[in-house]
Amino acid sequence: MNRHLSWFGITSLTLGLAFMYLPILVLVIYSFNDSEMITLWSHPSLRWYEKLFTDGNYWGPAWTTLRISLVSSVLATILGVMISLVVTRMRKFKGRSLFVGMTIAPLVLPEVITGLALLLLFIAMGVERGFMTVIIAHTTFAMCFVSVIVTARMAEFDMSTEEAARDLGCGPVMAFFHATLPAILPAIVAAFLLAFALSLDNLVVTTFTTGPGITTLPMRVFSEIRTGVKPEINALSTMVILLVTCVAITSSLLTKRSAAKRVAAADSPPATSQLASA
Amino acid sequence: MNLPISRRNLLIGIPYTWLMLFFLIPFVIVMSISLSDPVIAIPPYSPVLSTNDGLAGVWNYLTQLDFENFAIVLEDDVYLSSYLNSVQMALTTTLLCLLLGYPIAYAIASSPMHWKTRFIMAINLTFWCSFLIRIYAWIVLLGNQGVVNNILLSLGVIDSPIQMLNTDFAVYLGLVYAYLPLMIFPVYATLEKLDNSVYEASRDLGCSHIESFFRVTLPLSRPGMLAGAFLVFVPVTGEYIVPSLLGNASTPVIGRVLWNEFFSNGDWPLAASISVLLMLVLVLPIVLYQFFSNRNEEK
Repeated sequence: MNRHLSWFGITSLTLGLAFMYLPILVLVIYSFNDSEMITLWSHPSLRWYEKLFTDGNYWGPAWTTLRISLVSSVLATILGVMISLVVTRMRKFKGRSLFVGMTIAPLVLPEVITGLALLLLFIAMGVERGFMTVIIAHTTFAMCFVSVIVTARMAEFDMSTEEAARDLGCGPVMAFFHATLPAILPAIVAAFLLAFALSLDNLVVTTFTTGPGITTLPMRVFSEIRTGVKPEINALSTMVILLVTCVAITSSLLTKRSAAKRVAAADSPPATSQLASA
Repeated sequence: MNLPISRRNLLIGIPYTWLMLFFLIPFVIVMSISLSDPVIAIPPYSPVLSTNDGLAGVWNYLTQLDFENFAIVLEDDVYLSSYLNSVQMALTTTLLCLLLGYPIAYAIASSPMHWKTRFIMAINLTFWCSFLIRIYAWIVLLGNQGVVNNILLSLGVIDSPIQMLNTDFAVYLGLVYAYLPLMIFPVYATLEKLDNSVYEASRDLGCSHIESFFRVTLPLSRPGMLAGAFLVFVPVTGEYIVPSLLGNASTPVIGRVLWNEFFSNGDWPLAASISVLLMLVLVLPIVLYQFFSNRNEEK
């Protein structure tokens, strides 16, 4: 679509972006506010950042969250790519429709249900809940997001490249790694980032599947903000926003370099744009 | 892919086993617990399936299951109204997201090429910021001593703070804020792919801009709107975080009720039947979505 941007369009875009950014901006501004009372502006200071760094309350959970997210997003990426391979390459095997259904179902279930179901499984199995159970839970829903993104890219992939590699003497596995993988790598990286972000951010499923002693950052933040405004959370939010911005800009620069032609698809969150085109 | 059978089985087998173990079996467990009775024991439900007695044990287990929990949920007004509240909340949020998101997506799609990516990036960025942080921002803004009330007070518009936090208004605001990107992206993706010539043809045939939009562009962008509606509706129906942080207890929603039934009351069978019924509530839009998207494909 290539059309004239009308005044109505400009207005709604401006208002929309303002709506999206003003709350975040307010958080960032107030994180530099010295006052104990969040809303009264006294003078700028880094007091809450200092508190955040000296207060051990957030570092432990942050480290736990990071470890969980790293392990689960790596697992989810591997399993998700396997799912995509099965879905796109293996047209016939027993229980295929059940398989495909199971890879989509976690995407369309509210988190409370997934969390409850997994918790009941862990209890029935008599597994001690903690680090591992959270990783399993995060992997289970993240792998489905990974497979949606990677499947969409693989469906567009021209198989003749891989066939050429086979003709040139590669085995099926080598052909995949040399011909297909480089082509779908941007999708895999995007999927990995999404899996990582989903895991970092998750509260509901984590709360259901975690055990004593394992508290993630979202759980800590949630229990803090339930009782109202906490200035140090403003500082924490600002740091998260800064981090996300840096990662987003870096990854967009990388994708621009590697696949300039797929601009639109690479920049929108792949899951949603793929679902739209599916 | 022509893999040897053993490797092929491995490729299918690993994700298959994972999904069976951590997705399908948990749901079978939820179903069976939803048919059990709550007891004060560990685990807090009865009967418990034991494999010691063989088939007789399984039979004994099956005979003790009943639909009592479902009767409780369906007869109690609290549960029924929370289902209705949740569905209403999800429908309203979806509609608001569509009304707000469509013009934004349309404006982005009609922007010059190099601006498109920047706008999408800008919306993407808010989406990647933590969900909790984005909801927390509204606590800062809407509280009785929040930014909005402070500004209004100092401007002399109001004399005393308006109660905005812990109202339905705050919940809707938070939900629309959090889920708007999920509407914008798919609508944008569809609009972006639209063939301009159909629109131009309708213009040549004498339609005005507005007429062309409503008769050509809007119907053609239905797949995107459907996908967006779906992406918003499903999670909002089971939403827990936004109502607990921005809402109040007088409008119970099903996500919170389930959570409380499980964590506060420890009634696992009831929580399980609530989630089974919630799944049934969601099956309808999923089937509808499948139906409409299949029809779109056929066209």
